[in-house]
Amino acid sequence: MLAWTIYLSFLGALACRLSPTKAMARVLALVTALAGFALSLITLARWTPGELLTVTQVAWIPQLGLSYHLAADGISLTLLLLTGIAAMAGILFSWNIEHRTQEFFAFYLVLIAGVYGVFLSFDLFLLFVFYEIAIIPKYFLIAIWGSKPHDAHGENAGALREYAAMKLALYSFAGSALVLAGMAAVWALAPNHNLSFEALTQASFPAHFQMWVFPLVFLGFAVLAGMWPFHTWAPTGHAAAPTAASMLLAGVVMKLGAYGCLRVAMMLLPGGLAPWGFHVLGFGSWRGVFAVLAVIGIVYGASVALVQRDFKYVIGYSSVSHMGFVLLGLMTLSLIGLDGAVLQMFSHGVIAGLLFAVAGRMVYDRTHTRDLGELSPMRLVEVIPFAALVFVLAGMASIGLPGFSGFIAEFQVLVGAWRSLPELVPVAGVGILVGIAFTWRALTKVFYGDAPDDVPKPALPPITLPEKLGSLLLLAMTLIVGLYPRILMDLIQPALQSPLFNGLRLGGPR
Amino acid sequence: MIPFSYAALLSLTLPEITVAVAGFLLLTLDLTVLRKSAVQVRFGAGALIACAGCLGAILLLHHAPLGTLPESMLVVTPLTHTVQIALLALAILTVLFSTASRITGHVGEYLALILFATVAMMFLVATQNLLLIFVALEFLSLSLYVLTGFDKRSRPSAEAALKYFLFGGMSAGFLLFGMSLLYGLSGSIELPRIAAAFGGPTLDPLLLIAIVMVAIGFGFKVAAAPFHLWAPDAYQGAPTVSAGFIASSSKVASFFIFAQVVTVGMTVAGAQRVGTPGWVPVLAILAAVSMVVGNLAAIAQTSVRRLLAYSAIGHAGYMLVGIVAHTSWSLTALIYYVITYALAALGAFGVLGALEAEGIDKLSDLAGLYRRAPGLSFCLLIFLLSLAGIPPLAGFFGKFYIFASALAAEPQLRLVWLVLLAVAMSAVSLYYYLRVLKQVYVADGPKDAPAIRVGLVPRVTLWVVAGLVVLLGCAPGLLLRWIGVQ
Repeated sequence: MLAWTIYLSFLGALACRLSPTKAMARVLALVTALAGFALSLITLARWTPGELLTVTQVAWIPQLGLSYHLAADGISLTLLLLTGIAAMAGILFSWNIEHRTQEFFAFYLVLIAGVYGVFLSFDLFLLFVFYEIAIIPKYFLIAIWGSKPHDAHGENAGALREYAAMKLALYSFAGSALVLAGMAAVWALAPNHNLSFEALTQASFPAHFQMWVFPLVFLGFAVLAGMWPFHTWAPTGHAAAPTAASMLLAGVVMKLGAYGCLRVAMMLLPGGLAPWGFHVLGFGSWRGVFAVLAVIGIVYGASVALVQRDFKYVIGYSSVSHMGFVLLGLMTLSLIGLDGAVLQMFSHGVIAGLLFAVAGRMVYDRTHTRDLGELSPMRLVEVIPFAALVFVLAGMASIGLPGFSGFIAEFQVLVGAWRSLPELVPVAGVGILVGIAFTWRALTKVFYGDAPDDVPKPALPPITLPEKLGSLLLLAMTLIVGLYPRILMDLIQPALQSPLFNGLRLGGPR
Repeated sequence: MIPFSYAALLSLTLPEITVAVAGFLLLTLDLTVLRKSAVQVRFGAGALIACAGCLGAILLLHHAPLGTLPESMLVVTPLTHTVQIALLALAILTVLFSTASRITGHVGEYLALILFATVAMMFLVATQNLLLIFVALEFLSLSLYVLTGFDKRSRPSAEAALKYFLFGGMSAGFLLFGMSLLYGLSGSIELPRIAAAFGGPTLDPLLLIAIVMVAIGFGFKVAAAPFHLWAPDAYQGAPTVSAGFIASSSKVASFFIFAQVVTVGMTVAGAQRVGTPGWVPVLAILAAVSMVVGNLAAIAQTSVRRLLAYSAIGHAGYMLVGIVAHTSWSLTALIYYVITYALAALGAFGVLGALEAEGIDKLSDLAGLYRRAPGLSFCLLIFLLSLAGIPPLAGFFGKFYIFASALAAEPQLRLVWLVLLAVAMSAVSLYYYLRVLKQVYVADGPKDAPAIRVGLVPRVTLWVVAGLVVLLGCAPGLLLRWIGVQ
């Protein structure tokens, strides 16, 4: 039944493309997203903790040992729920799209279908197929419907938007090319040339082979997770994308990368994390390299966000910073750290969606500027108080105040890191502090600026119902998970303790 | 005197004969009965006869006997049947596309040449005799030269044909010289016997020269860099249908026979390692240069056809990887790749052919095409993304299969450097394919540009080809089973 999340999204895309009116396309898209979310929820209700739910398993290309194998464990299910939520919220926040509406929702739903497919695939080849299906719609969503950067006007605007779209597509594709090379190598060495996860986790690849294939695959996926220094697609891409696409990019697509790092690179090639046996520049293993890159991402993203003039760039760089926590959590290799990483994927997906909704839809679509200097005199808290309220709450979640999902996730990551990578924790702590600073700065500049008395308040359209619904949905999610994290932890932890992760737990470096 | 059975010859070549007869028939009819009719009618009738001939040959191939003629003149196996059927199917699609073209009044000659070229290719894939290989290859090339220059009113067409002819003639010289050396060294013109003659552990320097000469000769035919210079001009100047035919059918046949000659004829000289002399390092260099030159040069192109030409050079590089690995897997991967590539390339040229009447050639002319011709735009999207290797389209699986089988070749992972280069270059290729699609879908064209009308036959053909590209991507097993992978 879970497989229908994919098929429904493809069918929904087709229906949206063919629908005669724009209104109908919107409703169809929303219904499709709702159905996908409902399917995940129903599955969750029937699910027994720790179960590996096989959805479909048929031979696909038997000549090469490739199967069409869809299955879900707790990690997949967590991210499926996130996809459903982000998809619904994204559609609610793009209710006002009037330009080529049918095509917009068609591309959007193809992207969603690809994302569902990645989270459900239990065959490496299949996972890769869905992973690449998600690339092309991203390009068109940004290139056609994207917004212009704050300092561009007229003719130039379109070119910069297309630049951002192309950059994002090429970064994604270059990353996936690395994964393709790694996958071909794994196929060549896999027993019976079988690429299903079960077979691959039981296969024992030579240590030196894992040593060079692991970084290839991890790096390939980490590009999409926004790992420093391969993050530069993220701020430009997020800023240029239409609101729904940036919500989806930051909310779900970056998680594809992190999920690939965990599910493919780490789960299948755990030997690649072992010490090299020698030291280069103070690094003794790939684990050390990637952990340091993750921490640099945390601090660098936050610091750069602190000095941005463009509201969307602030949030774009904040995503880089928060995704750094995911990667750091993965590199702790401890149960609590990995649990925190997956929780952070969910949490950041919801919070980033919320932040981009405020920046892109509520503020930019009304004021047509994202420049903090220009927004400040408007003192938007008095004009659109709802947006200010949402941003205050989302900002609190983003900086990790207890009670919101961000707290429990980052806390777990730090605890995990404290045990295994203690020297990096203070640096990450600095990143959190800078994170508080840039959130505070954006909040005060955008909503609580100094309005000179002689400037009339801009008359802006009021916040619409779909926006309110979308905000409430996302806020509710971050609060529920923040106050009662066990609902997700009960999903994630048994999955991490399942035999699939044996290689990482038992054979992993200690 | 070798005992020779004409009955066997007839039964083995019946499909080829059918196509040739269809060609003569349509030539005769066009020059007699249909002489006074409108061009459209003549194209319709001609295409009908041509398709009937090809379909008849396909049916015959299903039941045709397998066998070998003396001196390996014809070596008919299930695999050659499969490739021949693919060639005939591509010929049918080409003929159907040509019905919309308005380049010529010489309908009969044009269609007949396509059929004759197909006959040449059918012989080419079914022989393992150097002499017959050369004759068939020249027969094919001569037909293609004429097809390239068929648009008498167009200067670029004539220029392209002349360039193609001069380069082709020179390459034939190289090839013939290489073949003469092979004959001189082994005393035989049969590929299996040539292979048997080179049994020793050492490599004769003359053999190395022969290998290089043969590689140059075939390198021209398959447009591998650095022997690719004719391709961009030929693709740009030739009538669109001819260019599509050169890019698809002739690519399939040339690659098949190239692989035959080196893997069957020089088994031993194909040393296992790239570092040791033999044809493997020669072809590995050709592959690497083609991938780099083709893909990087394509970035700078402003004409869609030249872009496709350079991308074809890049694709030739990927396909050479399949030959370099020379395992049974990598050779089937090569056949899968070249057939799906031919479909996508033919489709892309089909779209360009439908736009030919509008005078669209530059990239910027495509702006806003999605409004003027949504169906054509969608087909172009499918074809280009398949060429770029995006799943779930056929091109993606072809790429995976060729790279994975190259890595699996014993000793494992020896070709890692070549595969990594190929993968990096395929990431580059997405850039220029997206540049085309950006014009089609993102850029806004002139506001009042009229919708583009496409005739029924080419439109249906385009959708069929697009459907095939999607189908073979979603279910590669269909084609794999047909090629004979178990």
